[in-house]
Amino acid sequence: MSVIAAEPALIAAKPRSAQLRRFARRNPTIVAGGTILAIIAALAIAAPLFAGDAITMQPALRLRPPSEANWFGTDHLGRDVFARTVYGAQVSLFVGISVAAMSITGGLVIGLLSGYFRKVDAVVMRLMDGLMAIPAILLAIALVALTRASVTAVIVAITIPEIPRVVRLVRAVVLSVREAPYVEAAIAGGTPTWKILLRHILPNTIAPLIVQATYICASAILIEAALSFLGAGTPPEIPTWGNMIAQSRLFLSRAPWTIFCPGIALALVVLAVNLLGDGLRDRLDPRLARRM
Amino acid sequence: MLAYIARRLASTVLVMGIVAVFVFLLLHLSPGDPAAIIAGDNATAEQIEGIRKQLGLDDALPVQFYRWLAAVLHGDLGISIFSNEPVAKLISQRIEPTLSLALTTLIIAVTLAVSFGVVAAWKVGSWIDRSLMVVSVLGFSVPVFVVGYMLIYVFSISLRWLPVQGYSPIDQGFGPWIERLILPSIALGLAYVALIARITRTSMLEVLAEDYIRTANAKGVATRSVLLKHALKNAGVPIVTVIGIGVALLIGGVVITETVFNIPGVGRLVVDAISKRDYPIIQGVILIFSGVYVLVNLLVDLSYTLLDPRIRY
Repeated sequence: MSVIAAEPALIAAKPRSAQLRRFARRNPTIVAGGTILAIIAALAIAAPLFAGDAITMQPALRLRPPSEANWFGTDHLGRDVFARTVYGAQVSLFVGISVAAMSITGGLVIGLLSGYFRKVDAVVMRLMDGLMAIPAILLAIALVALTRASVTAVIVAITIPEIPRVVRLVRAVVLSVREAPYVEAAIAGGTPTWKILLRHILPNTIAPLIVQATYICASAILIEAALSFLGAGTPPEIPTWGNMIAQSRLFLSRAPWTIFCPGIALALVVLAVNLLGDGLRDRLDPRLARRM
Repeated sequence: MLAYIARRLASTVLVMGIVAVFVFLLLHLSPGDPAAIIAGDNATAEQIEGIRKQLGLDDALPVQFYRWLAAVLHGDLGISIFSNEPVAKLISQRIEPTLSLALTTLIIAVTLAVSFGVVAAWKVGSWIDRSLMVVSVLGFSVPVFVVGYMLIYVFSISLRWLPVQGYSPIDQGFGPWIERLILPSIALGLAYVALIARITRTSMLEVLAEDYIRTANAKGVATRSVLLKHALKNAGVPIVTVIGIGVALLIGGVVITETVFNIPGVGRLVVDAISKRDYPIIQGVILIFSGVYVLVNLLVDLSYTLLDPRIRY
C-alpha cells in the first residue's frame, strides 16, 4: 500500500512549471499554434476596449502609411486599418469555430448511423460522393448567392461541403471497430444499439475528430475570407479580412499596407490553426502522423 | 479490366447524376420563391410571373428536373438571366483563359512538386527537406489572393519584371500569353505544390526503404536512375491520386486567381454572376467544374494499372 501511495506524491512533487516546460519541449507545434491563437482570440474579444474605431470614415486622412496614430495606416476611406484588422479577427474566428463545431456534429451523427446501419450506408455514401464532387468554394458561393448576405448564411454555406469529409472519417472508424470483440460482446450481451453507438463506438472517433476539427477550422477561415473577397460573403459593412482586401485592391501600389495587414493576419491565424492541428495529430493519432 | 472500367464508369455517371440533382435543387430548396430570387430585389409582380412562366416553375419538381436534365444532356445549360445569352456559349467564350491558367499551373506545380519531393526524400533531414516542410505549411496557410497580391506587388509593381494583370490570348503570341500566366500560376499552384510534394516525399521514403533499392544501389546503378526509374515509378500511385484530388483545389482557386489577376475566364464569369444573381450561370459552371473533377479522378483511377501492373481489376 505504501508503495502505491508514494507514486502520486512523486509526480506531485514536480513543480508545475517544469511540467509545462516538458510539455512545450515535446509538443512545440501545439504550444506555438495554441499560443498564437490564444493571443489573437484575446485581441479579438477585447477589441472594443483598445482597437479604436473601425467604421468611421475620415476622407481627409485617406491612404496614410502606418504611423504612431494609425499603426497599420488608413484605407482609401480614411478608416483605421489596425482597428479593422482586429475586428476582422472576430468574424474569422467565429466562422472557423462555428463551422468546425457544426460540421463535426453533423458529420458525426450521419457517420455513426451510416457506418453502423448497412442499409443507410449505401444511400448516404452516394449522396456524400456527390456532394464531395462539387468544389467547396463553388458550392458555398452558390448557397450564399441564394440567401441574403449574412454571417449565418456564410457559416451554413461553408459547413455543408465540409460534412462529407467528416462522415467519411467517422464511418471509417465505425467500420473498423464494429467487428471488434468488445463490440460483438456488447451486442451478444443485449446492449441496446444506441448505447453501443454512444459508449463503445463514439469514443474511438474523438481523437481523429479533434484533429479533423482543427483542419476544418483552418479551411473554413480561408473559405470565409475567399467568399468575402469575392463579394459573396459577409456583408461589406462588417469588417472582415476578405472584404478589406477586396475593397483595397485598387490601391495595391499606393497603399500596400491596406492589403498586406489583413492578409498577413489571415495567414497567421490559419498557420496557427494548422500548427495546432499538426501537433494534435502527432500526439493523438500516431498512425496517421507516420504516414504524413 | 473491362468489367472494372464499366463499373467505374457507372459509378461516375451515378455521382454526376447526384451532382445534377444537387445543382438543380439548389435553386428550389432555397428559402423563398426561385422566380423572385432570379428576378432580383426590384422586380415587379409581372416580371416575377413572367420568369415563372418562362422557366416552367409551376410544374411539379420531378417534371422540372427531367426537363432541365434533358436540356443539360443536350448541351443546353439554360439562358443567362442578365445577358439573355445561352450559358453554354458564355462559358465556351471564357474557357480559353481558364484552361490556359489551369494547364500552366498543373504543369508548373507537378514538375516542381515532384522534383522537390524526390530530392527531399533522397536527402532526408537536409535543408531541402526542411524547407519543403516550411513551404508545405505556408502553402496550406497563405490564401491564394494574398500570395497573388504579394507577387504582383513584388514582381510587377516594384521590380516591373512582369505585366500586372490581364490575359493575352495564345493566338496573339506565346510570349505575352505565358508572361501573364506566370504569376497567377505560381499563386494558384502554391497549395497544390505543398500537397503533392508532401505526398511525393512520404511515398518516396517508403519505397527507398525497400530491398530492391538497396540492391540497385549495391550493384552500382546510377543514383539518378535509382531515384527516377526504381523509386519514383513505384511511388507513383499515391502521387497520382493526390494530383487528382488536388484538382478540386485548382478549380476553387481558379475562381479567386482570375479575380486577383483580372483574367476574363470562367471563374470571373461566375463571380460576376453572384452579384447579379444570374443563377443559370452559377449552376452551369458548378456542373461543368464538378464534371471535370469527377472525370479527372476517373482517369486517375484508370491510370493505376499503367503505373503498377500488379493492380488488376
